[in-house]
Amino acid sequence: MVGSLSRSTSRTIAGSTGPLFTGNDWDFDTIRRIHDACEAIAGPELGLSWYPNQIEIITAEQMLDAYASIGMPLFYKHWSFGKHFAQHEAGYRRGLMGLAYEIVINSDPCISYVMEENTATMQTLVIAHAAFGHNHFFKNNYLFRQWTDAEGILDYLDFAKGFISRCEERHGHQAVEQVLDAAHALMSQGVHRYPRKKRPDLASEQRRERERIEHGEQIYNDLWRTLPSKPGATRSDAAAERRRALLELPQENILYFLEKVAPRLRPWQREILRIVRLVAQYFYPQRQTKVMNEGCATYVHYRIMNALSEKGQIGEAAYLEFLQSHTNVIRQPNYDDRSYGGHNPYAIGFAMMQDIARIAENPTDEDRAWFPEIAGVGDGMGVLRNVWENYRDESFIAQFLSPKLIRDLRLFHVVDDPDEPELRVEAIHDERGYRRLRRSFARQYDVAWLDPDIEVVDVDLEGDRRLILHHKALNRITLQKDDARRVLQHLADLWGYDTVLKEVDPATGAVLAEHTASARPIFF
Amino acid sequence: MHIVDRRLNPGGKSLANRQRFLRRVKDVAQRAVRESAREKDIRDLGKDGRVSVPVDGVREPRFSRQPGSGLQDHILPGNKTYVEGDLIERPPGGGGGGGAGEGGEGGENSEDAFQFVLTREEFLELFLEDLELPDLAKRRLAVVETEGLRRAGYTVTGSPANLALTRTLRNSMSRRIALKRPKPDELAALEARIAGLREGDPALPDLKLSLELLRERSKRIPYVDPIDLRYRRFEPYPRPVAQAVMFCLMDVSGSMTEHMKDLAKRFYILLHIFLTRRYRHVEIVFIRHTDRATEVDEETFFGSRETGGTLVSSALVEMKRVITERYDPNDWNIYAAQASDGDNVSSDGPTSTELLRSHILPACQHFAYLEVGDENGPRAGFVEHRTTLWRTYESIAKSGGAIAMRKVNHRREIYPVFRELFGRKDARTEAEA
Repeated sequence: MVGSLSRSTSRTIAGSTGPLFTGNDWDFDTIRRIHDACEAIAGPELGLSWYPNQIEIITAEQMLDAYASIGMPLFYKHWSFGKHFAQHEAGYRRGLMGLAYEIVINSDPCISYVMEENTATMQTLVIAHAAFGHNHFFKNNYLFRQWTDAEGILDYLDFAKGFISRCEERHGHQAVEQVLDAAHALMSQGVHRYPRKKRPDLASEQRRERERIEHGEQIYNDLWRTLPSKPGATRSDAAAERRRALLELPQENILYFLEKVAPRLRPWQREILRIVRLVAQYFYPQRQTKVMNEGCATYVHYRIMNALSEKGQIGEAAYLEFLQSHTNVIRQPNYDDRSYGGHNPYAIGFAMMQDIARIAENPTDEDRAWFPEIAGVGDGMGVLRNVWENYRDESFIAQFLSPKLIRDLRLFHVVDDPDEPELRVEAIHDERGYRRLRRSFARQYDVAWLDPDIEVVDVDLEGDRRLILHHKALNRITLQKDDARRVLQHLADLWGYDTVLKEVDPATGAVLAEHTASARPIFF
Repeated sequence: MHIVDRRLNPGGKSLANRQRFLRRVKDVAQRAVRESAREKDIRDLGKDGRVSVPVDGVREPRFSRQPGSGLQDHILPGNKTYVEGDLIERPPGGGGGGGAGEGGEGGENSEDAFQFVLTREEFLELFLEDLELPDLAKRRLAVVETEGLRRAGYTVTGSPANLALTRTLRNSMSRRIALKRPKPDELAALEARIAGLREGDPALPDLKLSLELLRERSKRIPYVDPIDLRYRRFEPYPRPVAQAVMFCLMDVSGSMTEHMKDLAKRFYILLHIFLTRRYRHVEIVFIRHTDRATEVDEETFFGSRETGGTLVSSALVEMKRVITERYDPNDWNIYAAQASDGDNVSSDGPTSTELLRSHILPACQHFAYLEVGDENGPRAGFVEHRTTLWRTYESIAKSGGAIAMRKVNHRREIYPVFRELFGRKDARTEAEA
């Protein structure tokens, strides 16, 4: 799931008289007309490309259901989804939160859920936002192309759901729940952050093996056998080296490591780890592109709605209603505002997209100095398409956050050093600050930087099979103790033997903290 | 492009997840249900219940960084005053400056305990499970049906007795307004003007003409027309005698401990759940007694504790009075459950027997006597030490009176006893044998 335009107060403005629809009501024919009108703008004018659209109308209750299973139309069963449902429902009932207007799924065809209670204007906005904006981003961004299989995801989830429910029948709810709990705890340590070497398939493996043997036979010389072995490197060092290579250590994808190597897991348990890991991997690009994805969708809906309004396809009342929702979505409260809750990805994303288009089409001298590649090239949309395709939040901000925008947002950088009595303002929106501010801001969106860097470094296979992990404590920030202990317990349970997690200061190599856990005999 | 209408898809997709969640928090939920059974009124039990779950019980741990440890960066929008190098006083409560930088630290730790609402079914399931209760639905009591009449809108024909006056006049008024029937005031005003003019005034013929027209119009448009008439319509329907009254009789003399009252309350709650599932409408009458009996509300019933002698017949007299005044046995299914520790003045025996046999038992569907004892079991084998009241009721039961009696000492015995008392006839005789 990505991109839920969060709902603000839904004020309705009645009586629009555009040709696409009048008033607030819509029917399927209206939706079709809206979609086609958006398509006529998204394609020829904006040059977007997208997966075929599938728009599904759902009720508020179904929206709550969808929330509970992280937005996926089908998902395996687990208590945590029930918990989230209960939380959301309670919040919704008490009026503490609104529901999203839409949920989009990165799949081919791209499924957008829209709620039946949206007004016709909102449906237009949502379709422009989700069915074209997000859809384009999913289809074209390099991370999604690299990591997600839009065609296969729904089938895979269907398989996962079936598999897990069969496991529940066969091994009991409790047993499955324990594995899922453990796997969920390690979910954010269950992704490959970088593309790995492509594994050869069986046929080519066989062919290579044959070639190797043939080559060996050709160069065989019995004399080699009589060479004395090299002194120096001891046997055990080489063995350890070889073992680590075989286990692909160090390994940051802990779930992958357990799935492949954990000695005592049964096949169905490994399969569950795999399912959780693949789901985590599927969502990983979305975590890395929140700002860009929302920015792209928001920019696209803004362009489409304006084009529709210019063509007279939506009336003034509808346009006003759209503007109200739009400004709500891109509102960024200041840090001292009571409603401040961090950076709003919609606001940052949208502002940056607009800024990029401005730089491409209407650059100032400052822009020319900062962005020589894009300043004044003219085709703002072309630049944006290129950006959407080739960046993620961190590189995007590092590359394109302009001094003007830093000034507009009045960004400043505060450093909180626990050893100092006071917070220090490190940089502000001035000549000296732009680059430093941009660098540290980009880093806030670097998921690999934000997630604790934890690796499996070694395992004593010949001794007590103890699993050793290291946490590289960046800036000496250690892990939250309670949670670390709990997760490590899950990890030990899966591994089946003792497990130790050392928190290491990467600068000095000093061990800052150490957690240990012994496996409980619950899985076996 | 496809449009799919999912609205008619079966909802409750997360039901299975909800069940798993409930199973997970069962201990917490069960404790909450138990608490509420103690605190809630009998009537309210089985309505939706709120359960609040401490986060710890359903924590989903993740590796996350300790907030406030190590060097933290915050990028914040909306700077107005600061320049580079400024020092800011640390906001109270530690942590980040101004507000937590987004995603800077693990958001998981900020969860609070949260509440969720059990549905009625979920609540009852947990509640009944507490009492080791499988299902009540198998138990069945005779349900009498009678023919009833109920209102079913309006018709245009009917007997004058059923004339719906308000509705008729409303129709009439809207018709009069629509057809512009002259108002009496207008006529009167016109007449007054005519009377005020002298004969031969030039305006007179015109005024007379218009008065004539108005009168004509009033005649043509009557005040109430037959088409305005509406009659209340009644419709016969088979009506189960869907009402029951439950008498809770309790001895509140000093010898009744809190534990005994708790046992009694649990029994009454079960009885109430049982009856509300069977009948649409259940009333409860609480009668407490020492040597005098009064009808009271629930709070007083379970809360008060008095001293004084015990006279069971007083409660029976009171019950008889309430039945005669308010609950005709022909219209009501009457149930009674009496809880007592069994002490009674021995001279009261014959009076009670007589009251029960000739007044109470014939009116009741079912009369249950529950002797509540000490938590630690019968002091010395209760078969030998039969209480006064037990002996009295036993003699009635032996001579064929429809009275069921059991003794309970512990909470866990409530349900089995309830089951014996309210089981089907054959099951009951078996159990008694």
